[in-house]
Amino acid sequence: MKLRNSLMFAAMSLMASGGVWADALTGDVEKQPLNIAAIVMFFIFVGFTLGITVWASKQNKSTKDYYTAGGGISGFQNGLAIAGDYMSAASFLGISAMVFTSGYDGLIYSTGFLVGWPIVLFLVAERLRNLGKFTFSDVAAYRLGQTPVRLFAASGAILVVIFYLIAQMVGAGKLIELLFGLDYIYAVILVGVLMVCYVLFGGMLATTWVQIIKAVMLLSGATFMSFMILKHAGFSFETMFKQATDIHEKGTHILGPGPLVKNPIDAISLGMALMFGTAGLPHILMRFFTVPDAKEARKSVFVATGLIGYFYLLTFIIGFGAIIFVTKDNPHFFHQVMKEGKSVYELIGGNNMAAIHLSEALGGNLFLGFISAVAFATILAVVAGLALSGASAVSHDIYASVIRKGQATQQEEMRVSKMTTLALGVLSIIFGVMFESQNVAFMVGLAFAIAASANFPVLMLSMFWKNLTTRGAVAGGFTGLILALVLIVLGPTVWVSVLHHEKAIFPYGNPAIFSIPAAFIVGWLVSILDNSEQAKKDREGFESQYVRSMTGIGAADASDH
Amino acid sequence: MDKQTARKVLENPEFQKMERQKSMLGWGFSAIILIMYFSFIWIIGSNPDLLRTPVSANGITTWGIYVGIFVIVFSFVTTGIYVSIANGKFEKMTQDVVKSVRGEK
Repeated sequence: MKLRNSLMFAAMSLMASGGVWADALTGDVEKQPLNIAAIVMFFIFVGFTLGITVWASKQNKSTKDYYTAGGGISGFQNGLAIAGDYMSAASFLGISAMVFTSGYDGLIYSTGFLVGWPIVLFLVAERLRNLGKFTFSDVAAYRLGQTPVRLFAASGAILVVIFYLIAQMVGAGKLIELLFGLDYIYAVILVGVLMVCYVLFGGMLATTWVQIIKAVMLLSGATFMSFMILKHAGFSFETMFKQATDIHEKGTHILGPGPLVKNPIDAISLGMALMFGTAGLPHILMRFFTVPDAKEARKSVFVATGLIGYFYLLTFIIGFGAIIFVTKDNPHFFHQVMKEGKSVYELIGGNNMAAIHLSEALGGNLFLGFISAVAFATILAVVAGLALSGASAVSHDIYASVIRKGQATQQEEMRVSKMTTLALGVLSIIFGVMFESQNVAFMVGLAFAIAASANFPVLMLSMFWKNLTTRGAVAGGFTGLILALVLIVLGPTVWVSVLHHEKAIFPYGNPAIFSIPAAFIVGWLVSILDNSEQAKKDREGFESQYVRSMTGIGAADASDH
Repeated sequence: MDKQTARKVLENPEFQKMERQKSMLGWGFSAIILIMYFSFIWIIGSNPDLLRTPVSANGITTWGIYVGIFVIVFSFVTTGIYVSIANGKFEKMTQDVVKSVRGEK
C-alpha cells in the first residue's frame, strides 16, 4: 500500500499556532482500501438506530415530545446521552493522537474539556431545568423583552451550531474516507441524510438513544483497549510509562508538559473558552429539558462528568498504548516517505490514526472494524444533537416566539422545525463539500468561543443578576459574540494559518480572556444606565424568576401546554 | 407564578436558609474548581519543570501525571458531593417550602 499524505491534524497544526483545538479533523487524506468489517458493523448500527427512529416517531405527538422527548428521560440516561453528545470522534482520535506524539499535553487538553462540567452543575443545570422549556433562550428571555433577547440568543445558538457542524461534517468526510475507503462526497451525503432522518422523524427521543448507544459503544471499545494495554504492562502505570518512554524519541519528556502551553495568557484564555463554552453550548444545554425535574438534571451532570472523565483517562492510556504497540518498525502502521530530501517515517493515514491502528494491534481486523464503526457512529450522534438544537432555535425562538409572538400552533411550530432540519441537512452537505480542503480546525474553537463569550454571560446575568435589562442583555451578548468572532479572525488561527498573512494582528489564539469579561462589563454598564419602561419591567420580573429557578414552582405546569 | 406566591416563598425562613446554604455551596465549589484548574494551567505555563519531576527517586511517573489525574478525579468527586447534598437536604427543604406555601393558599 503506497500512500503519500500530508495529513495535518488540528492538534498538530494548532500547537504551532498557539491555539489548540483537537476537536476537528482537517487536512488532506488519501482514501484507504474498502474495509468490509467496519462497513458491516456500521450498517448494523445504522439499521438499529433507524429502527429506534421509527419507534420514536410513533411516540412524538407534541412539540414537547419532539424537542425534549416529553421530559421523560431519566437522569442516568440523560447523563449517558450528554456524554455521547460531548465525546466527539475528534476528541477520541485527536486527544489519543496528541498523547501519542507528545504525551502529557493530551492530558492538559482533556482536563480543560472536563472542568466545565462541575460549573454547569453548580450554577446552571437545575436553574435551567426549572426555568426553560425547549431552548436556553427560554431562560435568557424569561423576564426580558422576548423579541430582542430571543433574536440574540437564537443567533448565538445558530452560529455555534453551524460552526460546529461544519467542523464535524468535514471531519466525518475525511474520517470515513480513511476508515471505510468510501469517497469523501458519499461520506458527507451519508452523514447529512442520516442526521436528517434521526432528527426529522425521531426528534429528541431518537437523538437521545443514538447518543446513548454511541456512548456505550465508545466507552466499551476504549475500556477494552485500555485493559489490554494495562494487561501488557502487568497492570502497573509505572511499567506502562517505562515501556512507552523507552520507545518514544522524546523519552521521559513525554511525562511532563510539552510544546502545547508556552504562554500562560493564551493557556488561561483557552481554559476559559473550554470551561465556560461548555456551559454555553446550545445543544448541550438543551439536554437538560429532557429530564422531568431539577433532581434528575443534577444527577445527569454527575453521571456525565464521571463518564467523560473516565473517557479522558482512557484516551490517555490509549495514547501511551499506541506508543508501545504502534511502532515504526511495523510496515503495517508506518511507511517511509521522502520529505525535503530526507527519508522519514510517517504514520499511515496521518497522526490521528494512532488509536485506530492500535485497535488493530490489540484486537485484530474485527476490532479495527468495530472501532472504525464507533468513530462514525460518534459523528452521527454529535451532528444529530446539533441539528435538533439549530432547528429548535429557528422554530421555537425565531418563528414561534418572535415572528408569531407565541400564537403559532404546535403543528405549525413543528412544521417549521422539520423544514429547518431539512435545510440544515442540505446546508451541512453543501458546507461539507465547500470546506473539503479548508482548514476547519478553528471552527470548533470559534463555536466554543462564541458559546463562552455570548451565550454564557447572558445566561448567567439573566439568572443571577436582578438588574439585567433587555438592552443590557442584547448589548452585552452581541459585544461578546462580535468580539470573539473578530479576534479569532485577526488572531493566529485564522489570520496566519488560514488567510496566510505574515503576522497576526491579535497575538493570542483564544479571545475568551478578553471577550468574556467584555460581555459581562457591557451587559452590566448598559443595564445600570437603562431607565426605560421595559427596564423597570425587566427588573420587576426577577423575583418570581428567581423563586422559580430555586424551587421549580411553576416549571411543571409550564411544560404541560 | 404570581408575585404574591414569589413574595411568600422569599419571606419563608426555611427558603432563606436553603437559599443561603445552596448559594454558598454552589459558588464555593465553583471557586474551588476554578482556582484548582487555573493554578494548574498557570503552573504549566510558568513553571513546567515542577510537573516534570518524578514522584519517587527510582520511578519515572511525574508529579504532573498525578496532578492531571487528580484534576479529573476531583472534578468528578465534587459533582458527586454536590449532587448528594442538593438532591438530599436541599431538595427536602425545597419541597417543605413548596408545601407550606401551597398549603397557605
